[in-house]
Amino acid sequence: MEAGAPRSGIAGSLTRRALAWPRANPAQAAGGLLLAAMLALAIAYGIQPLAQRTINGVVSGSYFALGAVGLTLVYGTLKLVNFAHGDMLTFGAYVAFLFNVTIGLPIVVAALCAIAVTAALGVASDRVMWRPMRAKRAGLLQLLLMAIGLAFVIRNAIQLVAGTAPRRLDVDVTTSIAFLGLRIGRTELIAVVVGLATLAGVVLMLRHTLLGKQMRALSDNFDLAEVTGIDTDRIVVATWVFAAGLAGLAGVLLVASIGSMTINIGFFVLLSLFAAVILGGIGNAYGALVGGMVIGLAQEWSTLVLDARWKVAVGFAILIAVLVVRPSGIFGRERTL
Amino acid sequence: MTTFAFTLEAFTDIDFWIGVGILAGTYTIFALGLQINVGFTGIVNFGQAGFMAIGAYTMGILVVKAGWSFWLALPAATAVAMAAGLLIGLPSLRLRADYFAIVTIAFAEIVRYVAQNARELTGGNQGLLGYDDAWADVSFWILDRLDAIGMGDQFLLPLLLVTWITALVLIAVLSVVQRTPWGRVLRAIREDEDAARALGKNTFAYKLQSLMIGAALGALAGYFLALNLAFVSPESFEPLFTFIGYAVLILGGLASYAGVALGAIVLWTLLEATRFLDLPLAAEKVAALRFMLVGLLLILLMAYRPQGILGKRREMVLGD
Repeated sequence: MEAGAPRSGIAGSLTRRALAWPRANPAQAAGGLLLAAMLALAIAYGIQPLAQRTINGVVSGSYFALGAVGLTLVYGTLKLVNFAHGDMLTFGAYVAFLFNVTIGLPIVVAALCAIAVTAALGVASDRVMWRPMRAKRAGLLQLLLMAIGLAFVIRNAIQLVAGTAPRRLDVDVTTSIAFLGLRIGRTELIAVVVGLATLAGVVLMLRHTLLGKQMRALSDNFDLAEVTGIDTDRIVVATWVFAAGLAGLAGVLLVASIGSMTINIGFFVLLSLFAAVILGGIGNAYGALVGGMVIGLAQEWSTLVLDARWKVAVGFAILIAVLVVRPSGIFGRERTL
Repeated sequence: MTTFAFTLEAFTDIDFWIGVGILAGTYTIFALGLQINVGFTGIVNFGQAGFMAIGAYTMGILVVKAGWSFWLALPAATAVAMAAGLLIGLPSLRLRADYFAIVTIAFAEIVRYVAQNARELTGGNQGLLGYDDAWADVSFWILDRLDAIGMGDQFLLPLLLVTWITALVLIAVLSVVQRTPWGRVLRAIREDEDAARALGKNTFAYKLQSLMIGAALGALAGYFLALNLAFVSPESFEPLFTFIGYAVLILGGLASYAGVALGAIVLWTLLEATRFLDLPLAAEKVAALRFMLVGLLLILLMAYRPQGILGKRREMVLGD
């Protein structure tokens, strides 16, 4: 719709046309970019090292995706940028620690407890804080700062109880499985299988169940969804159960794969989750799943080129790059932001 | 409730008040930057700790690694912080407020990562020290003068005085600037950016300028922090400190420069007083309590009194 630039000629129209295609097909363009990066890395560093990084990337991508889908749904449904979401991951991990190590239950039971308790925390935060604030029609700054405040309360409440010493879940972190010259930790493998299976379940649920459709409808346009007769209050609660429960699971998988936890772990991950959410188009659940995977892969691939200590910064760099190039993300509709 | 007993002697101790005073002065300057951004322009800068880090580290690196004079390093580091504000503002100030908040907090985290990992330059987690010789000379000169009134044995008093003189001068200058046409445009952007643009104002340029001034104030606070601690390390620039700045800002009141000073004094008195709570807890747990307090304060203020102590409700237009 933009007025044609006076600078015309073949070169000008070519660049315009070259820029028009990725603008119209952002998902394909991003996929192409990813493929190109993969090819370049395979040529420069060899297939085997790249494949190893890809495995690592899928492991972290699966818990990023689990964390990101909840963050994006809460944003889409309630227009709340939940800065406390990262600390919900931490919370889930420490609840699992409580049941798994302190009480001594098997890790599977502990993980289920973590999901349930974190989901309850999510619903409680809505009843105590977010619902009253919605009723007050609170402004953006109020909500942002309350979310930050909640993050501090959760994180420091954990520190108050558990202290700052690193903790480990009672899982096997030494055994690894080797195949084709690649290796993956046994626990990592379990984590990635659980993660991917849950993600598949999430996609099926969002796509085919009434609840999933209603959640996406609310995330897309709250008022319109309400007019069509959806019980929005029920869906809001369901969204919190879903978002916080997945955050709890993501926290457990994160800690099980990397081996240890500290109270800052969720906040560190949060910015990668934001990167995933914005890359996928904020409010778009499928976008967040893909975005999480892409961020996981990009961070692990970057260790071929850069020292591993920079890999978290790669997530931030992607975040800023996406906001500069296409703030609506690869699956979002282009609109004024 | 003997476990919650206070040892009140702490409050009659001059060292306590000098310590609180320096922190409050530093955070007054820090939050003045947030005030011009959030309170007067309506841009939600969540990266103030990053600008503070850039100021403190640039100054330290220029003095320690490049052998610059401290007095030359100060304006240079301020310029670097402003350039960082420009760099981060150019691509992101056009975005919605919540996106801008995410970008700025990500920026501040990148800065902290670099400080942590570029060890040759920053000393990593060990930190950077040895930049304050020039300040020590000034400090001793002031102590000599203080000796005349019998206060020469308070080694941190000169820093307290200089911090607060700076903070008060800044409050005065910013309050005057706010009444100029330039300051009124900032307010207009906060109230209704489209209307300001329709009146022919280049609102983007004004927002950039506001962010750059905020960054400069963050850097300035960074110098006082660096002089107070005598070394700079990444943990002084965690996002937490940006939000301590927000607690100061909201406590004092949005759109009030004097309120910032009040907020800083109240908050830091409160935070430092928790050190004297006679709790049977390890130090890390007492620290956790203090930061829970910051979180709770933010939640309660935002829920019940978003305009703060001195702020005006009608100036609170950070709605959707």
